[in-house]
Amino acid sequence: MIHAIEADRLVVSYGNLQVLRGISFTVPAGQGVVLLGANGCGKSTLMRSLNGLEKLQSGTIRIHGDTLSGAGRRDLRKIRQSMGYVFQHFNLVPQLNAFQNVLLGSLGRQRFGLLSCLSLTASAADRAKAMHCLDRVGMADRALHRPSELSGGQQQRVAIARMLMQDPRVVIADEPIASLDPKAGREVLDLLWRIVTEEKLSMLCTLHQLELAQEYGDRVLGMKAGRVEIDAPIAETDTAQLNALYTGMTRVDAQPTEAAA
Amino acid sequence: MPNRQRPPHERSQPASPRFRAPSALTWVVVVGFAAFFIQGIIASDISVDRLMRGANNLVRFVGQAVPPDFTRMPNIADAMLETMNIAIVGVTFGCLFSIPLAILAARNTAPTMLVRTIARFVISVARTIPDLIWALIFVVTVGLGPLAGILAIIMDTIGFAARFYSERFEEVQKGPAEALTATGAGRLSVIFGAILPESFASITATSLFSVEKAIRSAVTLGLVGAGGIGVELSTAMRLFRYDQAAAIILVILVVVIGFEQLSSMIRKRII
Ligand SMILES: Nc1ncnc2c1ncn2[C@@H]1O[C@H](COP(=O)(O)OP(=O)(O)O)[C@@H](O)[C@H]1O
Ligand SMILES: [Mg+2]
Repeated sequence: MIHAIEADRLVVSYGNLQVLRGISFTVPAGQGVVLLGANGCGKSTLMRSLNGLEKLQSGTIRIHGDTLSGAGRRDLRKIRQSMGYVFQHFNLVPQLNAFQNVLLGSLGRQRFGLLSCLSLTASAADRAKAMHCLDRVGMADRALHRPSELSGGQQQRVAIARMLMQDPRVVIADEPIASLDPKAGREVLDLLWRIVTEEKLSMLCTLHQLELAQEYGDRVLGMKAGRVEIDAPIAETDTAQLNALYTGMTRVDAQPTEAAA
Repeated sequence: MPNRQRPPHERSQPASPRFRAPSALTWVVVVGFAAFFIQGIIASDISVDRLMRGANNLVRFVGQAVPPDFTRMPNIADAMLETMNIAIVGVTFGCLFSIPLAILAARNTAPTMLVRTIARFVISVARTIPDLIWALIFVVTVGLGPLAGILAIIMDTIGFAARFYSERFEEVQKGPAEALTATGAGRLSVIFGAILPESFASITATSLFSVEKAIRSAVTLGLVGAGGIGVELSTAMRLFRYDQAAAIILVILVVVIGFEQLSSMIRKRII
């Protein structure tokens, strides 16, 4: 069976700081996996490497069977096209309105790149699709608003619409609700998970709330100081075990002296 | 206490440089500067007598310049028009060329380190050589007249605008560009889809500054024969027709101030 994500003994370093210390796991197609771990344990670094934004020191990544590590520029772009990315800080282009931001989601598959993604030049089909994506996240009536005119939750919805526009098969969400208040956060997470389920996508999603992880996730991946500590179906984990991820030596940049203290 | 772990940059730092005694290098620079300054005063032979004579001459110049002689107004207007042509054409091409050059020169948009180094070198050459010297070079290579002026303005604009554009590119937030990269977009699409829109306001402001700068330097380019009002001015001065010169200077003043007003109005609207 071909997995959506296969990571095998990933090692990533920044200078002398080894951030990922031999990470292996798989995300089977169609599964929603929650990634847990304290700040600074390497979650973002892991997710960035899965998209080829960070260089591997060693190890292999396969996305739907295609090897990412060592792929040429064209293959890398192809793999990225199949992977939607939702960021903590939304990362919309501030000067462009919601509609245009969503249109940019299709950049990867357009032969002429940006030239066929602008509001003025996009094909009728793409424009209709962008409106449809905005409609699915409940933002169709805000299509002409710029990000600064939207609340955090609304911006993340637009970012999810951009991800939908991309037609991905697997979604990476790096703390998608960490900058939102609890109510907006739950609404956005609900929306994200519903879309992922409806589209039969696979997802790896970082969360910080254990109860949300237990409610939404099929499986949990627990990281601590650059290593995988827990990899199990949600039902087989208990709260004490998950809480242990947040105590003791959690950061990859912890100093040995302090760790001993 | 596991919670006391902190990133290294939050640890104790050395005392701020302000509190340290001046280094030997500082002394060398200060003494060198003072020596140069005193030598300069001596070499330029400043004396009360010369200053008095200069003041007298200034009064005489003003006396002959007033009232300004506007009889040659049609020629002056023609020359002024040529100056504005030089400035506008030169600054437009200069700003257009500056964008690709700035993309090659900015850290986050340059294709390779080598290309970046070359682009930065080109920009700094364009900036380091003053506009009048560019004009002299182009008068020699393409002959007297407005073309030399246009080329000089292009080089001068590149030195100014390409540098500020590329600095602006390096300042944009990484997130949006990264988000587009993550969708599988190509390099150019990311630059034009995220980095350029984020820099747009600043690029426009810099370009308007370039226009103001270009008008002012286009005025002087004629002094070395690169076309425009400067030719008229240097002729009037050489023939001691200070009243005509005064008319020319007044026209220059009006046009330059008008342009600056216009451009600052536009800038306020954009930012
Ligand atoms: N670009 C970078 N350069 C240097 N160090 C980095 C960089 N990105 C992250 N780090 C370091 O890697 C460690 C893990 O960071 P990160 O992956 O962001 O953790 P998390 O997302 O789990 O909070 C941190 O100590 C952080 O300081
Ligand atoms: Mg993170």
